[in-house]
Amino acid sequence: MSKVLIKGNEAVAEAAIRSGCRYYFGYPITPQTEIAEYMAKTMPKVGGLCLQAESEVAAINMVYGAAASGVRVMTSSSSPGISLKSEGVSYIVGCDLPCVILNVQRGGPGLGGIQPSQSDYYQATKALGHGDMHLFVLAPSSVQEMASLTSDAFTVADKYRMPVLLLADGALGQMMEPVDFDKISFSNPPEKPWAANGHGGARKKNIITSLYLKPEELEDTVLKRAEKYKLVEENEVRYEEYLCGDADIIIVSFGITARISKSAVNEARKNGIKAGLLRPITLSPFPSKKLRQLADTASAFLSVELNMGQMVNDVRLATECKKPVYFYGRTGGSMPSSEDVYEQILAINGGMKK
Amino acid sequence: MIVYKRPESLSDVPMHYCPGCTHGIVHRLVAEVIDELGIENDTVGIAPVGCAVFAYNYFECDFIEASHGRAPAVATGVKRTHPDKIVFTYQGDGDLAAIGTAETVHAAARGENITIIFINNTNYGMTGGQMAPTTMPGQVTTTSPYGRQKLIQGNPIHVCEMLSTLDGVAYAERVAVNNVKNVRAAKRAIKKAFQNQIDKKGLSIVEVLSTCPTNWGLSPVDALKFVDEKMIPFYPLGVYADRNAMGGDEND
Repeated sequence: MSKVLIKGNEAVAEAAIRSGCRYYFGYPITPQTEIAEYMAKTMPKVGGLCLQAESEVAAINMVYGAAASGVRVMTSSSSPGISLKSEGVSYIVGCDLPCVILNVQRGGPGLGGIQPSQSDYYQATKALGHGDMHLFVLAPSSVQEMASLTSDAFTVADKYRMPVLLLADGALGQMMEPVDFDKISFSNPPEKPWAANGHGGARKKNIITSLYLKPEELEDTVLKRAEKYKLVEENEVRYEEYLCGDADIIIVSFGITARISKSAVNEARKNGIKAGLLRPITLSPFPSKKLRQLADTASAFLSVELNMGQMVNDVRLATECKKPVYFYGRTGGSMPSSEDVYEQILAINGGMKK
Repeated sequence: MIVYKRPESLSDVPMHYCPGCTHGIVHRLVAEVIDELGIENDTVGIAPVGCAVFAYNYFECDFIEASHGRAPAVATGVKRTHPDKIVFTYQGDGDLAAIGTAETVHAAARGENITIIFINNTNYGMTGGQMAPTTMPGQVTTTSPYGRQKLIQGNPIHVCEMLSTLDGVAYAERVAVNNVKNVRAAKRAIKKAFQNQIDKKGLSIVEVLSTCPTNWGLSPVDALKFVDEKMIPFYPLGVYADRNAMGGDEND
């Protein structure tokens, strides 16, 4: 198969199957239901299973059971459903289990809307569940990346035994673009001797638990996990750098808004303004080191997001406030145009932007 | 010669249960059944949140600790990805019939081929004796200090009766472990609940009326009497469902 024209949601599903994921547990919610439908249609043909759970809570706990017993498994949802999953996600982290979770974000809070949003950035990167914990968070910005980062998600999840969150949005989920699956490398699942799937009399019993009543034992597990996060930060940070080398004004933007921002950067360059784009692909860990370097050469940063300003605070922290960091965003499902973003660049360039 | 010894599937460690609590008896019965069916190597247990949270320390098979009420969903995740393994949950009344009602009912409706051991002691034991979905009318707990009142706390749930209405349930029996005769009957029920899974008949649940002397404020002996005099009349023992719900080996 060469290039196929495919919806973002379906690209994730197809890439998951090609990654060796044979189990999907989910619950319908707009704008990501195509994934469950694709899985329901395709899994039986490849000897897998798509099971529609009674709730998001049940779905993530089915994922928990499947991951604990050693298989590649995923679930997907959209913002309100991800909130429901957060309990299960915390347990999955607490047991150091690998799995992939996709959030095709819609506007919130509450039932919100069904149009694209990036307003779950805080939830995804800071607190998708109780406890001292992080996920590995990947933010695709094209349908090709919806597929390729799904493959990466399974690889990283297994490599570090941690859940990986794909943070997409309603636009990426619903839009169609050509995807070349041949360009994506897919990994094989590793051996999982720690899994609880019957010891067969061949090893000691495996216990999967997140319960440690002795403070020093719990502290020890959290510290070990912190070591793992450090390793992930050293090895797995991803970003796209576009015309940042000589840039005065650097836009920081992920996902769908990074594409809009790129057009604005091009427009600025055409008009003699040295603009650039730093697109974080991993939101957690955040490309802080790169941004810290850029703070030495750029004169201002502009964070463009589909929310009221969430990632902008990570940009401020990363650049240690060496240079002004501005914010521009739309929310509630509204989308800025590249002209809107270009105007922001003009305002910064002219010293007008507050 | 008959030797009374620890079942192979029961770990040789001290249990944390209170004196007079019948969790230990039920653990032993489950372990005996696992031994007798020869399934220890292929069994995965799912522990609840509640007094039996440490069940994973007491059985010699693989174990997963679920969050509160989600054990049937976790069991579904294990069983559906490993249909040749034996998967059982061990849950209390708050876990199974309050916070986990949705997971319980839907696993039962789907006919998940799993075994559920359900401990009904009419209160939340681990947190210190609060009202459970199975607390009986008039029963005093720390959160029904004037006795459970229909118009305030509402009615309890009869789990076996409710689940027996669902097509995916192969077997639902309520037993008790308050005397030797009942313990022997409980063992037969637990064995059947595991055998049904081997035979792929659907979901099997054994509800065990158990004691909680500590939170009931009774001596162990009086607690056994409480089961006989108060619980069994309200929660009648017996078989509520017994059928090949999911077609058994015919599906192979």
